[in-house]
Amino acid sequence: MEQKPAVPVEDPALVAAFEARIAAGESIEPKDWMPERYRKQLTRMMSQHAHSEVVGMLPEGNWITRAPSLRRKLSLIAKVQDEGGHGLYIYCGTETLGVDRHELVEQLLDGRAKYSSIFNYPTLSWADMGVIGWLVDGAAIVNQTVLAKASYGPYARAMIRICKEENFHKRQGYEICAVLARGTPAQREMVQDAVNRFWWPALAMFGPSDTNSPNSGELLKWRVKRKTNDELRQRFVNLTVPQAIALGITLPDPDLRYDEATGNWMFGEIDWAEFFEVIAGNGPCNRERLEARNKAHDDGAWVRAAANAYAEKQNAKSTAAA
Amino acid sequence: MSTNGLANDTWPLWEVFTQGAHGEPFEHAGSVHAADAELALQNARDVYARRGEAVNLWVVPSSAITASSPSDAGPFFDPGNDKAYRHPQFYVAPRGVRIF
Repeated sequence: MEQKPAVPVEDPALVAAFEARIAAGESIEPKDWMPERYRKQLTRMMSQHAHSEVVGMLPEGNWITRAPSLRRKLSLIAKVQDEGGHGLYIYCGTETLGVDRHELVEQLLDGRAKYSSIFNYPTLSWADMGVIGWLVDGAAIVNQTVLAKASYGPYARAMIRICKEENFHKRQGYEICAVLARGTPAQREMVQDAVNRFWWPALAMFGPSDTNSPNSGELLKWRVKRKTNDELRQRFVNLTVPQAIALGITLPDPDLRYDEATGNWMFGEIDWAEFFEVIAGNGPCNRERLEARNKAHDDGAWVRAAANAYAEKQNAKSTAAA
Repeated sequence: MSTNGLANDTWPLWEVFTQGAHGEPFEHAGSVHAADAELALQNARDVYARRGEAVNLWVVPSSAITASSPSDAGPFFDPGNDKAYRHPQFYVAPRGVRIF
Protein backbone atom coordinates (compact mmCIF):
# COMPACT_ATOMS: atom_id res chain seq x y z
CA MET A 1 0.00 0.00 0.00
CA GLU A 2 1.25 3.51 -0.86
CA GLN A 3 1.54 6.15 1.84
CA LYS A 4 -1.64 8.21 1.87
CA PRO A 5 -1.45 12.01 1.85
CA ALA A 6 -2.07 13.64 5.27
CA VAL A 7 -5.34 15.23 4.18
CA PRO A 8 -7.04 12.60 2.08
CA VAL A 9 -8.60 13.86 -1.08
CA GLU A 10 -11.51 11.54 -1.57
CA ASP A 11 -12.42 10.08 -4.91
CA PRO A 12 -15.87 11.50 -5.75
CA ALA A 13 -16.81 8.18 -7.35
CA LEU A 14 -16.07 6.35 -4.11
CA VAL A 15 -18.04 8.91 -2.10
CA ALA A 16 -20.98 8.61 -4.50
CA ALA A 17 -20.90 4.81 -4.31
CA PHE A 18 -20.76 5.01 -0.51
CA GLU A 19 -23.70 7.38 -0.34
CA ALA A 20 -25.67 5.21 -2.74
CA ARG A 21 -25.12 2.25 -0.41
CA ILE A 22 -26.34 4.32 2.55
CA ALA A 23 -29.39 5.43 0.55
CA ALA A 24 -30.14 1.80 -0.33
CA GLY A 25 -30.16 0.98 3.39
CA GLU A 26 -27.05 -1.17 3.20
CA SER A 27 -24.95 -1.74 6.27
CA ILE A 28 -21.36 -0.47 6.21
CA GLU A 29 -18.80 -2.95 7.53
CA PRO A 30 -15.31 -2.30 8.95
CA LYS A 31 -13.30 -3.13 5.85
CA ASP A 32 -15.60 -1.23 3.47
CA TRP A 33 -14.43 2.06 2.06
CA MET A 34 -15.86 5.03 3.97
CA PRO A 35 -15.27 8.79 3.91
CA GLU A 36 -12.80 9.95 6.57
CA ARG A 37 -15.50 12.19 8.08
CA TYR A 38 -17.80 9.20 8.52
CA ARG A 39 -15.04 7.32 10.31
CA LYS A 40 -14.26 10.39 12.45
CA GLN A 41 -17.87 11.10 13.39
CA LEU A 42 -18.49 7.45 14.25
CA THR A 43 -15.33 7.24 16.34
CA ARG A 44 -16.33 10.39 18.22
CA MET A 45 -19.91 9.28 18.79
CA MET A 46 -19.17 5.64 19.64
CA SER A 47 -16.30 6.41 21.99
CA GLN A 48 -18.42 8.98 23.85
CA HIS A 49 -21.16 6.41 24.08
CA ALA A 50 -18.77 3.75 25.42
CA HIS A 51 -17.32 6.17 27.97
CA SER A 52 -20.84 7.03 29.11
CA GLU A 53 -21.59 3.39 29.81
CA VAL A 54 -18.42 3.03 31.84
CA VAL A 55 -18.85 6.26 33.83
CA GLY A 56 -22.52 5.33 34.23
CA MET A 57 -21.43 2.53 36.55
CA LEU A 58 -20.28 5.07 39.15
CA PRO A 59 -23.46 6.87 40.29
CA GLU A 60 -25.21 3.53 40.79
CA GLY A 61 -22.19 1.68 42.14
CA ASN A 62 -22.41 4.27 44.90
CA TRP A 63 -25.57 2.58 46.24
CA ILE A 64 -24.68 -1.12 45.99
CA THR A 65 -23.55 -1.39 49.61
CA ARG A 66 -26.66 0.46 50.80
CA ALA A 67 -29.36 -1.28 48.75
CA PRO A 68 -32.38 -1.81 51.01
CA SER A 69 -32.73 -5.56 50.41
CA LEU A 70 -30.80 -8.50 48.99
CA ARG A 71 -33.16 -8.55 45.99
CA ARG A 72 -32.43 -4.91 45.21
CA LYS A 73 -28.71 -5.44 45.73
CA LEU A 74 -28.60 -8.38 43.31
CA SER A 75 -30.43 -6.35 40.65
CA LEU A 76 -28.21 -3.34 41.11
CA ILE A 77 -24.99 -5.35 40.88
CA ALA A 78 -26.29 -7.05 37.73
CA LYS A 79 -27.25 -3.70 36.23
CA VAL A 80 -23.91 -2.08 36.99
CA GLN A 81 -22.13 -5.11 35.52
CA ASP A 82 -24.29 -4.75 32.39
CA GLU A 83 -23.21 -1.12 32.02
CA GLY A 84 -19.58 -2.24 32.09
CA GLY A 85 -20.42 -4.85 29.47
CA HIS A 86 -22.16 -2.23 27.31
CA GLY A 87 -19.01 -0.12 27.45
CA LEU A 88 -17.04 -3.11 26.22
CA TYR A 89 -19.47 -3.88 23.36
CA ILE A 90 -19.11 -0.33 22.08
CA TYR A 91 -15.34 -0.08 22.62
CA CYS A 92 -15.13 -3.29 20.60
CA GLY A 93 -17.21 -1.65 17.86
CA THR A 94 -15.01 1.43 17.94
CA GLU A 95 -11.89 -0.70 17.53
CA THR A 96 -13.24 -1.95 14.19
CA LEU A 97 -12.72 1.65 12.98
CA GLY A 98 -9.01 1.33 13.63
CA VAL A 99 -8.88 2.96 17.08
CA ASP A 100 -7.12 1.18 19.90
CA ARG A 101 -9.23 0.77 23.03
CA HIS A 102 -6.19 1.57 25.11
CA GLU A 103 -6.08 5.01 23.52
CA LEU A 104 -9.75 5.64 24.30
CA VAL A 105 -9.36 4.52 27.91
CA GLU A 106 -6.41 6.90 28.25
CA GLN A 107 -8.54 9.77 26.96
CA LEU A 108 -11.23 8.97 29.51
CA LEU A 109 -8.81 8.68 32.40
CA ASP A 110 -6.96 11.91 31.69
CA GLY A 111 -10.18 13.89 31.21
CA ARG A 112 -9.97 14.59 27.48
CA ALA A 113 -12.95 12.42 26.57
CA LYS A 114 -16.58 13.48 26.75
CA TYR A 115 -19.35 11.35 28.15
CA SER A 116 -23.05 11.81 28.86
CA SER A 117 -23.64 14.84 31.10
CA ILE A 118 -26.25 12.97 33.17
CA PHE A 119 -23.59 10.98 35.03
CA ASN A 120 -22.09 14.13 36.49
CA TYR A 121 -25.09 14.56 38.78
CA PRO A 122 -24.91 13.06 42.28
CA THR A 123 -27.05 10.13 43.50
CA LEU A 124 -28.27 11.42 46.84
CA SER A 125 -30.94 8.89 47.86
CA TRP A 126 -32.02 5.33 47.19
CA ALA A 127 -34.89 6.70 45.08
CA ASP A 128 -32.24 7.93 42.63
CA MET A 129 -31.58 4.27 41.74
CA GLY A 130 -35.21 3.92 40.73
CA VAL A 131 -35.35 7.19 38.85
CA ILE A 132 -32.09 6.53 36.99
CA GLY A 133 -33.40 3.15 35.81
CA TRP A 134 -36.74 4.65 34.84
CA LEU A 135 -35.69 7.97 33.27
CA VAL A 136 -32.02 7.64 32.35
CA ASP A 137 -32.21 4.09 31.03
CA GLY A 138 -35.61 4.95 29.58
CA ALA A 139 -34.06 7.81 27.62
CA ALA A 140 -31.16 5.58 26.60
CA ILE A 141 -33.61 2.99 25.23
CA VAL A 142 -35.38 5.59 23.07
CA ASN A 143 -32.02 6.71 21.72
CA GLN A 144 -30.52 3.27 21.26
CA THR A 145 -33.57 1.65 19.67
CA VAL A 146 -33.03 4.01 16.75
CA LEU A 147 -29.25 3.56 16.79
CA ALA A 148 -29.84 -0.17 16.39
CA LYS A 149 -30.65 0.74 12.77
CA ALA A 150 -27.50 2.84 12.34
CA SER A 151 -25.69 2.45 9.04
CA TYR A 152 -22.48 1.17 10.63
CA GLY A 153 -22.90 -2.58 11.20
CA PRO A 154 -20.76 -3.06 14.33
CA TYR A 155 -22.46 -0.11 16.07
CA ALA A 156 -25.95 -1.31 15.14
CA ARG A 157 -25.20 -4.83 16.36
CA ALA A 158 -23.84 -3.55 19.69
CA MET A 159 -27.04 -1.51 20.09
CA ILE A 160 -29.28 -4.52 19.48
CA ARG A 161 -27.45 -6.41 22.21
CA ILE A 162 -27.66 -3.42 24.56
CA CYS A 163 -31.35 -2.71 23.99
CA LYS A 164 -32.27 -6.22 25.09
CA GLU A 165 -30.51 -5.63 28.40
CA GLU A 166 -31.69 -2.06 28.96
CA ASN A 167 -35.28 -3.24 29.23
CA PHE A 168 -34.37 -5.02 32.46
CA HIS A 169 -32.72 -1.81 33.67
CA LYS A 170 -35.76 0.29 33.01
CA ARG A 171 -38.23 -2.13 34.57
CA GLN A 172 -36.20 -2.61 37.73
CA GLY A 173 -35.98 1.19 38.03
CA TYR A 174 -39.68 1.72 37.50
CA GLU A 175 -40.46 -1.01 40.03
CA ILE A 176 -38.34 0.80 42.65
CA CYS A 177 -40.21 4.04 41.87
CA ALA A 178 -43.61 2.34 42.01
CA VAL A 179 -42.88 0.73 45.40
CA LEU A 180 -41.67 4.03 46.87
CA ALA A 181 -44.58 5.95 45.36
CA ARG A 182 -47.01 3.57 47.12
CA GLY A 183 -45.01 3.75 50.36
CA THR A 184 -44.89 6.12 53.33
CA PRO A 185 -45.13 9.89 52.84
CA ALA A 186 -41.36 10.10 53.35
CA GLN A 187 -40.81 7.50 50.60
CA ARG A 188 -43.15 9.34 48.23
CA GLU A 189 -41.30 12.53 48.93
CA MET A 190 -37.97 10.80 48.28
CA VAL A 191 -39.03 9.60 44.82
CA GLN A 192 -40.58 12.98 43.96
CA ASP A 193 -37.34 14.70 44.98
CA ALA A 194 -35.31 12.33 42.79
CA VAL A 195 -37.60 13.01 39.81
CA ASN A 196 -37.28 16.75 40.44
CA ARG A 197 -33.51 16.48 40.19
CA PHE A 198 -33.26 14.04 37.26
CA TRP A 199 -36.08 15.07 34.92
CA TRP A 200 -34.31 17.96 33.19
CA PRO A 201 -30.89 16.28 32.99
CA ALA A 202 -32.67 13.24 31.47
CA LEU A 203 -34.23 15.45 28.77
CA ALA A 204 -30.80 16.98 28.09
CA MET A 205 -29.43 13.47 27.44
CA PHE A 206 -30.75 13.66 23.88
CA GLY A 207 -28.24 16.38 23.16
CA PRO A 208 -28.56 19.97 21.97
CA SER A 209 -31.68 21.15 20.20
CA ASP A 210 -31.78 20.53 16.43
CA THR A 211 -31.17 24.23 15.84
CA ASN A 212 -27.87 24.01 17.73
CA SER A 213 -26.48 20.53 17.08
CA PRO A 214 -23.27 20.80 15.02
CA ASN A 215 -22.83 17.08 14.35
CA SER A 216 -26.42 16.08 13.63
CA GLY A 217 -26.42 17.05 9.95
CA GLU A 218 -23.68 14.67 8.91
CA LEU A 219 -24.85 11.91 11.21
CA LEU A 220 -28.37 12.09 9.78
CA LYS A 221 -27.13 12.30 6.20
CA TRP A 222 -25.12 9.12 6.67
CA ARG A 223 -27.90 7.46 8.67
CA VAL A 224 -25.85 6.94 11.80
CA LYS A 225 -28.69 8.81 13.43
CA ARG A 226 -32.12 8.27 11.93
CA LYS A 227 -34.08 10.73 14.08
CA THR A 228 -33.10 14.17 15.32
CA ASN A 229 -32.35 14.95 18.96
CA ASP A 230 -35.62 16.85 19.32
CA GLU A 231 -37.69 14.06 17.73
CA LEU A 232 -36.22 11.52 20.13
CA ARG A 233 -36.68 13.85 23.11
CA GLN A 234 -40.35 14.33 22.20
CA ARG A 235 -40.82 10.59 21.87
CA PHE A 236 -39.31 10.09 25.33
CA VAL A 237 -41.55 12.74 26.91
CA ASN A 238 -44.64 11.22 25.29
CA LEU A 239 -43.75 7.78 26.63
CA THR A 240 -42.80 8.99 30.10
CA VAL A 241 -45.60 11.38 31.08
CA PRO A 242 -48.25 8.62 31.36
CA GLN A 243 -45.78 6.56 33.43
CA ALA A 244 -45.36 9.51 35.83
CA ILE A 245 -49.12 9.97 36.04
CA ALA A 246 -49.51 6.27 36.88
CA LEU A 247 -47.11 6.75 39.79
CA GLY A 248 -48.82 9.93 40.97
CA ILE A 249 -45.52 11.76 40.51
CA THR A 250 -45.38 15.37 39.31
CA LEU A 251 -42.86 16.19 36.60
CA PRO A 252 -41.12 19.47 37.49
CA ASP A 253 -42.25 21.47 34.47
CA PRO A 254 -45.06 24.05 34.80
CA ASP A 255 -45.27 24.26 30.99
CA LEU A 256 -45.98 20.56 30.50
CA ARG A 257 -49.32 20.12 28.70
CA TYR A 258 -50.95 17.77 26.26
CA ASP A 259 -51.41 19.11 22.76
CA GLU A 260 -54.53 17.65 21.17
CA ALA A 261 -53.54 18.69 17.66
CA THR A 262 -50.20 16.87 17.55
CA GLY A 263 -50.76 14.25 20.24
CA ASN A 264 -47.54 15.42 21.88
CA TRP A 265 -46.81 16.40 25.45
CA MET A 266 -45.37 19.89 25.10
CA PHE A 267 -42.63 20.77 27.55
CA GLY A 268 -40.73 23.86 28.69
CA GLU A 269 -37.31 25.13 27.68
CA ILE A 270 -34.26 23.12 28.76
CA ASP A 271 -31.56 25.04 30.61
CA TRP A 272 -28.92 24.76 27.90
CA ALA A 273 -26.45 26.94 29.77
CA GLU A 274 -26.36 24.30 32.50
CA PHE A 275 -26.04 21.51 29.92
CA PHE A 276 -23.01 23.10 28.27
CA GLU A 277 -21.43 23.85 31.65
CA VAL A 278 -21.68 20.17 32.64
CA ILE A 279 -20.33 19.07 29.24
CA ALA A 280 -17.44 21.49 29.70
CA GLY A 281 -16.47 19.70 32.90
CA ASN A 282 -18.14 21.97 35.45
CA GLY A 283 -20.97 19.70 36.57
CA PRO A 284 -21.45 18.81 40.24
CA CYS A 285 -19.54 15.49 39.98
CA ASN A 286 -17.20 15.69 36.96
CA ARG A 287 -14.06 15.66 39.08
CA GLU A 288 -15.34 12.99 41.47
CA ARG A 289 -16.27 10.68 38.58
CA LEU A 290 -12.85 10.93 36.97
CA GLU A 291 -11.12 10.41 40.30
CA ALA A 292 -13.20 7.30 40.99
CA ARG A 293 -12.54 5.96 37.49
CA ASN A 294 -8.80 6.53 37.83
CA LYS A 295 -8.76 4.92 41.25
CA ALA A 296 -10.60 1.86 39.96
CA HIS A 297 -8.16 1.61 37.07
CA ASP A 298 -5.11 1.92 39.32
CA ASP A 299 -6.52 -0.46 41.92
CA GLY A 300 -6.95 -3.04 39.17
CA ALA A 301 -3.33 -2.77 38.04
CA TRP A 302 -2.19 -5.75 40.11
CA VAL A 303 -4.88 -7.97 38.57
CA ARG A 304 -3.72 -7.03 35.08
CA ALA A 305 -0.10 -7.54 36.09
CA ALA A 306 -0.91 -10.98 37.50
CA ALA A 307 -2.74 -11.98 34.31
CA ASN A 308 0.24 -10.84 32.28
CA ALA A 309 2.76 -12.68 34.44
CA TYR A 310 0.72 -15.86 34.20
CA ALA A 311 0.39 -15.60 30.42
CA GLU A 312 4.13 -15.01 30.09
CA LYS A 313 4.89 -18.01 32.30
CA GLN A 314 2.57 -20.25 30.27
CA ASN A 315 4.17 -18.96 27.08
CA ALA A 316 7.66 -19.70 28.36
CA LYS A 317 6.55 -23.21 29.36
CA SER A 318 5.08 -24.01 25.97
CA THR A 319 8.14 -22.58 24.21
CA ALA A 320 10.40 -24.73 26.39
CA ALA A 321 8.29 -27.81 25.69
CA ALA A 322 8.43 -27.25 21.93
CA MET B 1 -0.61 5.10 36.07
CA SER B 2 2.16 2.51 36.26
CA THR B 3 4.11 1.46 33.19
CA ASN B 4 2.88 -2.00 34.00
CA GLY B 5 -0.70 -0.78 33.65
CA LEU B 6 0.08 0.59 30.21
CA ALA B 7 1.56 -2.67 28.99
CA ASN B 8 -1.37 -4.61 30.38
CA ASP B 9 -3.88 -2.46 28.57
CA THR B 10 -2.51 -3.48 25.23
CA TRP B 11 -3.44 -7.13 25.54
CA PRO B 12 -4.08 -8.85 22.23
CA LEU B 13 -7.55 -8.81 20.71
CA TRP B 14 -9.61 -12.01 20.46
CA GLU B 15 -12.70 -12.48 18.31
CA VAL B 16 -15.56 -14.16 20.14
CA PHE B 17 -17.99 -16.66 18.59
CA THR B 18 -21.02 -17.95 20.45
CA GLN B 19 -23.20 -20.97 19.89
CA GLY B 20 -26.70 -20.06 21.02
CA ALA B 21 -27.99 -23.61 21.42
CA HIS B 22 -26.67 -27.09 20.82
CA GLY B 23 -26.73 -27.90 17.14
CA GLU B 24 -26.70 -24.27 16.01
CA PRO B 25 -23.81 -22.71 14.10
CA PHE B 26 -21.32 -20.46 15.88
CA GLU B 27 -21.87 -16.77 15.30
CA HIS B 28 -19.51 -13.83 15.69
CA ALA B 29 -20.47 -11.89 18.84
CA GLY B 30 -17.68 -9.32 19.19
CA SER B 31 -14.22 -9.15 20.64
CA VAL B 32 -12.36 -9.00 23.95
CA HIS B 33 -8.83 -8.15 25.05
CA ALA B 34 -6.97 -10.72 27.16
CA ALA B 35 -3.46 -11.78 28.08
CA ASP B 36 -4.05 -15.42 27.09
CA ALA B 37 -6.65 -17.76 25.61
CA GLU B 38 -7.94 -18.95 28.96
CA LEU B 39 -8.66 -15.42 30.17
CA ALA B 40 -10.05 -14.49 26.77
CA LEU B 41 -12.58 -17.29 27.24
CA GLN B 42 -13.53 -16.07 30.71
CA ASN B 43 -13.80 -12.45 29.56
CA ALA B 44 -15.92 -13.57 26.59
CA ARG B 45 -18.25 -15.40 28.98
CA ASP B 46 -18.60 -12.30 31.18
CA VAL B 47 -19.14 -9.93 28.28
CA TYR B 48 -21.18 -12.00 25.79
CA ALA B 49 -22.95 -14.66 27.84
CA ARG B 50 -24.35 -13.10 30.99
CA ARG B 51 -27.89 -14.30 30.26
CA GLY B 52 -27.49 -17.78 28.89
CA GLU B 53 -26.87 -16.51 25.34
CA ALA B 54 -24.35 -19.27 24.68
CA VAL B 55 -23.83 -22.98 25.30
CA ASN B 56 -20.35 -22.87 23.74
CA LEU B 57 -17.78 -20.19 23.07
CA TRP B 58 -14.82 -19.89 20.73
CA VAL B 59 -12.12 -17.27 21.07
CA VAL B 60 -9.71 -16.75 18.18
CA PRO B 61 -6.77 -14.32 18.07
CA SER B 62 -7.99 -11.53 15.76
CA SER B 63 -4.61 -11.60 14.02
CA ALA B 64 -5.28 -15.21 12.97
CA ILE B 65 -8.33 -14.31 10.88
CA THR B 66 -7.97 -13.85 7.14
CA ALA B 67 -10.96 -12.13 5.59
CA SER B 68 -12.08 -11.48 2.05
CA SER B 69 -11.68 -7.92 0.89
CA PRO B 70 -14.85 -5.87 0.18
CA SER B 71 -13.19 -4.07 -2.74
CA ASP B 72 -12.62 -7.39 -4.50
CA ALA B 73 -15.98 -8.82 -3.50
CA GLY B 74 -17.31 -8.65 -7.07
CA PRO B 75 -14.65 -10.72 -8.85
CA PHE B 76 -13.99 -12.84 -5.78
CA PHE B 77 -17.55 -14.14 -5.46
CA ASP B 78 -18.22 -14.04 -9.19
CA PRO B 79 -17.59 -17.75 -9.78
CA GLY B 80 -20.65 -18.49 -7.65
CA ASN B 81 -22.94 -15.88 -9.17
CA ASP B 82 -23.43 -17.05 -12.74
CA LYS B 83 -24.13 -20.72 -12.21
CA ALA B 84 -27.86 -21.00 -12.12
CA TYR B 85 -27.52 -24.75 -12.71
CA ARG B 86 -26.40 -25.10 -9.09
CA HIS B 87 -29.93 -24.30 -7.92
CA PRO B 88 -32.85 -26.70 -8.03
CA GLN B 89 -35.05 -24.07 -9.73
CA PHE B 90 -32.88 -24.42 -12.87
CA TYR B 91 -34.38 -27.84 -13.61
CA VAL B 92 -37.74 -28.48 -15.14
CA ALA B 93 -39.79 -31.23 -13.57
CA PRO B 94 -42.66 -32.88 -15.45
CA ARG B 95 -45.99 -31.35 -14.46
CA GLY B 96 -47.78 -33.13 -11.60
CA VAL B 97 -44.78 -35.05 -10.27
CA ARG B 98 -43.74 -34.54 -6.67
CA ILE B 99 -39.94 -34.44 -6.66
CA PHE B 100 -39.53 -33.80 -2.91
